[in-house]
Amino acid sequence: MLEALLVLPLATGLVMLLVGNASFCRILLPLTAFVHTILSLTIATDIAQGKQLVGLMGLMAPDGLGVLFLVLASILFLAASIYAVGYLREEEQIEERTCIQTGRPFTNAPERRFTACLCFFLAAMTLVTTTHHMGALWVGIEVTTLSSAPLIYFHRHRPSLEATWKYLIICSVGIALALLGTILLTVAFYAPESAHQMDSMNQLDWYLEHAQTGAAPWLKTAFIFLLVGYGTKMGLAPLHNWLPDAHSQAPSLVSALLSGALLNCALLGILRGHQIMLAAELGDFSGDLLIFFGLLSLLTAAVFIVGQGHYKRLLAYSSVEHMGILALGIGIGGIATQGAMLHAVCHSLTKCMLFLLAGNILTRYHTFSSHDVRGLRWTMPVTGALWTIGFLAIAGSPPFGIFVSEFLILKGIFSTGHSWLAAVYLTALAVIFVGMSLAVLRMVQGNRPHDMSQDGREALWSVLPPMVLAIAVFCLGLWIPDWLWSFLRKGAALVGG
Amino acid sequence: MNTFFATMIFLILVNNIFLLAFRRPLLIRFVAFQGLCLSALLFSADHLLLAFAVLIIKGILLPWLLLRTHQRLPFNAKIKPHLPLGLGVLAGMVGLIFSLWLEAQLQILPGLYPPLLLATGLTTLFCGLILVVGRRTALAQVMGYLVAENGIFVLGIPLMTANSAWFELALLLDIFVAVFVMGIAINHIVETFESIDVDGFRSLRD
Repeated sequence: MLEALLVLPLATGLVMLLVGNASFCRILLPLTAFVHTILSLTIATDIAQGKQLVGLMGLMAPDGLGVLFLVLASILFLAASIYAVGYLREEEQIEERTCIQTGRPFTNAPERRFTACLCFFLAAMTLVTTTHHMGALWVGIEVTTLSSAPLIYFHRHRPSLEATWKYLIICSVGIALALLGTILLTVAFYAPESAHQMDSMNQLDWYLEHAQTGAAPWLKTAFIFLLVGYGTKMGLAPLHNWLPDAHSQAPSLVSALLSGALLNCALLGILRGHQIMLAAELGDFSGDLLIFFGLLSLLTAAVFIVGQGHYKRLLAYSSVEHMGILALGIGIGGIATQGAMLHAVCHSLTKCMLFLLAGNILTRYHTFSSHDVRGLRWTMPVTGALWTIGFLAIAGSPPFGIFVSEFLILKGIFSTGHSWLAAVYLTALAVIFVGMSLAVLRMVQGNRPHDMSQDGREALWSVLPPMVLAIAVFCLGLWIPDWLWSFLRKGAALVGG
Repeated sequence: MNTFFATMIFLILVNNIFLLAFRRPLLIRFVAFQGLCLSALLFSADHLLLAFAVLIIKGILLPWLLLRTHQRLPFNAKIKPHLPLGLGVLAGMVGLIFSLWLEAQLQILPGLYPPLLLATGLTTLFCGLILVVGRRTALAQVMGYLVAENGIFVLGIPLMTANSAWFELALLLDIFVAVFVMGIAINHIVETFESIDVDGFRSLRD
């Protein structure tokens, strides 16, 4: 079954490339996503029951932490693929496309290539979340870059090409540094007699078992490179430059996947390093680094969110903020790590929902500027309401899940006695709340623009996925099921929670 | 360490300086030469399968792909790099001295890294990063990425075992696809921007 999880999207992608019929690809995409979600949930149930699953000669060996991100990626992919069906059908009907920023005409990339790359992207994320081999994890993350670059360049115009190039170069060089970190990790544990054991497929467990034998200076250096490398992909400041560009230029369903699922995969790369550092009793070193970069990301996001007029860039900077919160929570440890796990779940669901809604707004208003979008509640009543709910959820207002997770992280910060850290954390959150509310509420309120149709109807495919995600985020704020809590605790326990 | 292995390390080290001193199309030839040296290095370390794969991918396929992209450019106006070539070479020399110093300082398990191998890997990595940051054309940035990755590959050579060959091959395939995708992106850049000067990328700023 584990193998099917990886082979299914890979095979589907190849079939899409070979067959090429757009209608066929549109049917196959959500079908693949649905089967993948069922498989992921089945595997998650097995892991929750304490079963140890191994596939592909040990290459795939999911644990609580990886499966959490696997299920998230799978669910978000299902939401995005349902959205994609309607989105691609609408795109097909457009005869003349002009770039919003430059006003020049442009074409779209072939649809089969787009849907195939989406499937390859899912396969790569599946590998990342299920493997315990640090090299395979690196390969998986590099493949996510290569498969998602054509997705960002679906609309073939200048700004999207610029974003794609920055994404390719910055992330590839960044991930190359993570490869150096992976090599240094091997150097830290190197002993001629154990060289062959170290190359076993379950490399992570071997490292964790022999953590005490690792050379501390090499381990520290390895973690720094892993953090810089995967941190670039995760969007941690000051390595986040590619993120606002790529997220703002990609089709909204791709932005939703990049922000909701891909960033978690990069985080997982860092968490694997942190796991080894904790086992080697060097958790303070890696934890402090995570706190530093987390705080820096939070502050950077606060600076760029205030006054941000481009609503998709606003969401992108919000992702930088939340990646910072995740790094901070994990760096603090204890209950804050449990909060961080919940935060990862809630952020992914909420951000996916917000990007899908941003796509709806973009389709109706043809502008990226939050200053030019007015009267959402009249023109798009469902999207407008969900946009407001999404903003409240992502900004950490009660009763949504992010409020609970941010509160748990705050509790964790207080338990360490660093009041100054709590003060900076709360100040940054407050600034971001105000900055986001100005833009979001401006878009929702006001009168309907004169040139806009009075028809407020919206297609079901465009509002159903975000609506389901909104309900999930709302429910997580009111009640977290026991099985989910036990899963989050299990994941957090692996990284000091 | 045999003489052939030592010679290859020396050639890679010297080649780095040439990489920083020249522009296209010579730069592409030096990247190809580095790929060939890397293959020879693996050959002398008895990693025959990998040596063959590196020869095909880094020594032949990728340089051919880069050269083809270069030849298809409709213009060949000289674009001044961010970092003048002389300063680039100087930065490379500083990288080399730093790498030699670091090799002397680090406590490595005796016998893991043959003399100069660590310094060569690190210098190659630095030179790759200097190319990425210091050059203004998209093609030179791709070559910088390739050179940086070659440096990391050199650092991994002593750790390669028969068990890890699948990973090294997967890595090579990954790099090949990466450069291939970047090559396609460069073709689109040429068509859209009528230049491969990345300084023209100014529309996405806050």
